[in-house]
Amino acid sequence: MDLEYSPEYREFRDEVRTFLDENKHRAPNAARMIPGRPNSPKEWQQLLIEHGYAARTIPKEYGGYGAEPDILKTRIIAEEFARARVPTGHSGDNRLVPTVLELGTEEQKQWLVPPSVRGEMTWCQGYSEPGSGSDLASLSTKAELDGDEWVINGQKIWTSGAQNADMMFCLVRTEPDAPKHNGISYLVFSMDTPGIEVRPLVSMMGDAFFNEVFFTDVRVPKDQIIGKRGEGWFVANTTLRYERGGLGDPNEAENRLNRIVDMMKRETVSGERLIDNPIYRDRLLKLQGQILAMKFNGMRVLSHNIKGEEPGMARWIVKLNGCELNHQMAGLAIDVLGELGLLYDGSDYLRDGGFWQARYMLDLGLIIGGGTAQIQKNMIGERALGLPKEPKVEAA
Amino acid sequence: MDFALSEEQRMLQDSISGYLESACPLTRVREVAEARDDRAEDVWEELTNLGVHGVLIDEDYGGVGLGYLEAALIAEALGHAVAPVPYAASSIMAPTALAMAGSDEQKEAWLPRIAGGEVVVGVGVTEQIGRRETEGVTSADGKLNGKAMFVLDGASADILMIASDDGGLHLVDPNSPGVTRNKLKTIDRTRTVAEVVLDGAPGDVLAGSVANREPLLNMIDVGRMILAADTLGAAQSMLGKSVDYAKERRQFNRVIGSFQAVKHMCAEMAAELEPCRSLVWYTAHAYTAIPEEGRLMACHAKAHLAEVGKFVARKSTEVHGGMGITDLLGLHYWFKRIGFNRQLLGTPELVREEAARVQQWI
Ligand SMILES: Cc1cc2nc3c(=O)[nH]c(=O)nc-3n(C[C@H](O)[C@H](O)[C@H](O)COP(=O)(O)OP(=O)(O)OC[C@H]3O[C@@H](n4cnc5c(N)ncnc54)[C@H](O)[C@@H]3O)c2cc1C
Ligand SMILES: Cc1cc2nc3c(=O)[nH]c(=O)nc-3n(C[C@H](O)[C@H](O)[C@H](O)COP(=O)(O)OP(=O)(O)OC[C@H]3O[C@@H](n4cnc5c(N)ncnc54)[C@H](O)[C@@H]3O)c2cc1C
Repeated sequence: MDLEYSPEYREFRDEVRTFLDENKHRAPNAARMIPGRPNSPKEWQQLLIEHGYAARTIPKEYGGYGAEPDILKTRIIAEEFARARVPTGHSGDNRLVPTVLELGTEEQKQWLVPPSVRGEMTWCQGYSEPGSGSDLASLSTKAELDGDEWVINGQKIWTSGAQNADMMFCLVRTEPDAPKHNGISYLVFSMDTPGIEVRPLVSMMGDAFFNEVFFTDVRVPKDQIIGKRGEGWFVANTTLRYERGGLGDPNEAENRLNRIVDMMKRETVSGERLIDNPIYRDRLLKLQGQILAMKFNGMRVLSHNIKGEEPGMARWIVKLNGCELNHQMAGLAIDVLGELGLLYDGSDYLRDGGFWQARYMLDLGLIIGGGTAQIQKNMIGERALGLPKEPKVEAA
Repeated sequence: MDFALSEEQRMLQDSISGYLESACPLTRVREVAEARDDRAEDVWEELTNLGVHGVLIDEDYGGVGLGYLEAALIAEALGHAVAPVPYAASSIMAPTALAMAGSDEQKEAWLPRIAGGEVVVGVGVTEQIGRRETEGVTSADGKLNGKAMFVLDGASADILMIASDDGGLHLVDPNSPGVTRNKLKTIDRTRTVAEVVLDGAPGDVLAGSVANREPLLNMIDVGRMILAADTLGAAQSMLGKSVDYAKERRQFNRVIGSFQAVKHMCAEMAAELEPCRSLVWYTAHAYTAIPEEGRLMACHAKAHLAEVGKFVARKSTEVHGGMGITDLLGLHYWFKRIGFNRQLLGTPELVREEAARVQQWI
């Protein structure tokens, strides 16, 4: 066990702090931003890339900073930005860009990565369909080759951000006769392509952050495929791996818990500080114990990753536990606020700008999205504990 | 930065668990439990040879001079095997207090004998955490009065370390006049607790504990950490048994592990338990490396492992169906070990309150 940072990293941390002290005033307001998504202003993103605090490991020729991968430095940047409550930059799209860098052709990298990193090309993920959610590999949106073009017909659903995105990375069935996992391809195309219709889907939060997307004879050049034809499932799994890494960040969870602590010291009910109520306090302390355990689990996973080792069980549980804890935290915050926890839509007396009400609903969505809690438990049971799969049911 | 065990720590872990696996299987545990012995003599002796009782004790006093992380790894292995030997109080809490607060003479007198497996120390601190059946323990002019309950590792301990209400830690010979000891029967037959009635009993106070509660509090912290580690091992063992059983047992022409209801119980146990390992490691490491966090982490480790341990103990039993509650299968030894660890040195709610005070929330 060595939790000390070597001088190289201590210096690096000092550098980041100095940068933040000097530039904090130029940072955009963190309140309405989703970390890691390309929604920060371009000038801020540019400044961060120049200093190596965004797109850090993306090679220079593709618009990044070009540093060697160093998990610890990446972590230090995230920690210091969180501490300063300054929004981080992004690396284009944390799902698409690493996938293209790993599996794309040289031409595709040149085409897609630099504008994504600059924030000038934004993405949405076209995976789920009405009939294919957890069982994603059963998807049926099809693409047929017609001369030099793919012709896409079908429908996607739950596509977050589709109404604002410039581009989509999309799974389509190209080999209808192959076994389901071997018949899928991974295409990328502009959302302006004729034949694409985006219909916003209003969520329980009252806004339409996801959409239905319909494809009618959408024509996409043949070479806009990442990886080989029929190998899209494996390309997609590369992407999912990057996406899952980003969910359930334990440092973020700790910051959120500390906000609840502050709130419970500040707010009162019938003249008594919320933190002085032993039942509220016990719920808070229980969560603190769980969050600390997940924080140290995160450090353990990080250490395995640094050494190129497979973290095993410690990794499998992150999405399940992390999303659950976030949801429980938001639930506690609302409960201790009592009637104030009902307020919404910028009402008078709203606390923390309605953050907790929004999180309570969004975090439930995140328990479902990106692989539901039940699917996570199947994976933990089958892949990590080696329990047998359920008997297969033939398609009707 | 490396949040991982060192090569030496992994070797230590392997050697202790390897030994326990071969020499302390359930059949051996059962013999000790059924005979109501206070410990497995053979296991005790071999653990002495492996350096277990001297893990924390300086080499100058005949120990091996390792740290709390090593001590926690040993506790985990003992919990995994439900090993019927004293450890938390005798090998960890008492040496911690002696090293911190003992005079040179007291250290000379006891540390080498603890490391050498010659004596077991029973530790009585319950009254300083949560008093139940007693008015506590008072000390005046070298004499102790009152009652110490749940003296850990205490049933046949050769020497007792009793905390008085002013925080003093007193070495008490259980055979001296004015001391009555009574072994309490608990759910867990793999460790012992005793009631000790003190009626003007002579005590040898640890010099550094006079008008200083820190040695007492430190001793409680490390005791909590060790009980948490013990639960980690016991719960890990229960999870492993559940998964093995779920892969073997067939009902409805399928192994039960292929039913999601069973698979998800196993996955939930794993998801709850896995982060506990990191919490215990961090706590044990922090205790010396980041002392300002030590007490808070010990509270959280104790409380959180008690909750997760309880969950795993229950779910694991359910996975085993009717077999889970039989004496024949013996799963209950782990179930009870986890329960014992939960109740002693502060139940989760009390310990979490302490965590609130440590953080000055209240
Ligand atoms: C906030 C949010 C954002 C999203 N963003 C996107 C996006 O940008 N792009 C995109 O492509 N998709 C997106 N999704 C879709 C998401 O990936 C799916 O919702 C998810 O995979 C579940 O699929 P489903 O909704 O069809 O539910 P279903 O798969 O129909 O599941 C319904 C219920 O059945 C359970 N279930 C299903 N199969 C099993 C099984 N084998 N074992 C046990 N239980 C099972 C599930 O756990 C769930 O409880 C988003 C979803 C949410 C909530
Ligand atoms: C206190 C007690 C008293 C009893 N008294 C009697 C008695 O007087 N007479 C008598 O005949 N029997 C008695 N029994 C037996 C009792 O009926 C069985 O224990 C019970 O039916 C479960 O069967 P099992 O123990 O074989 O567990 P199993 O059926 O092997 O179950 C093991 C695990 O697998 C799960 N499981 C099994 N099948 C499925 C499935 N299809 N889907 C999801 N999960 C599944 C179970 O829920 C359990 O968690 C008693 C049991 C107990 C505990």
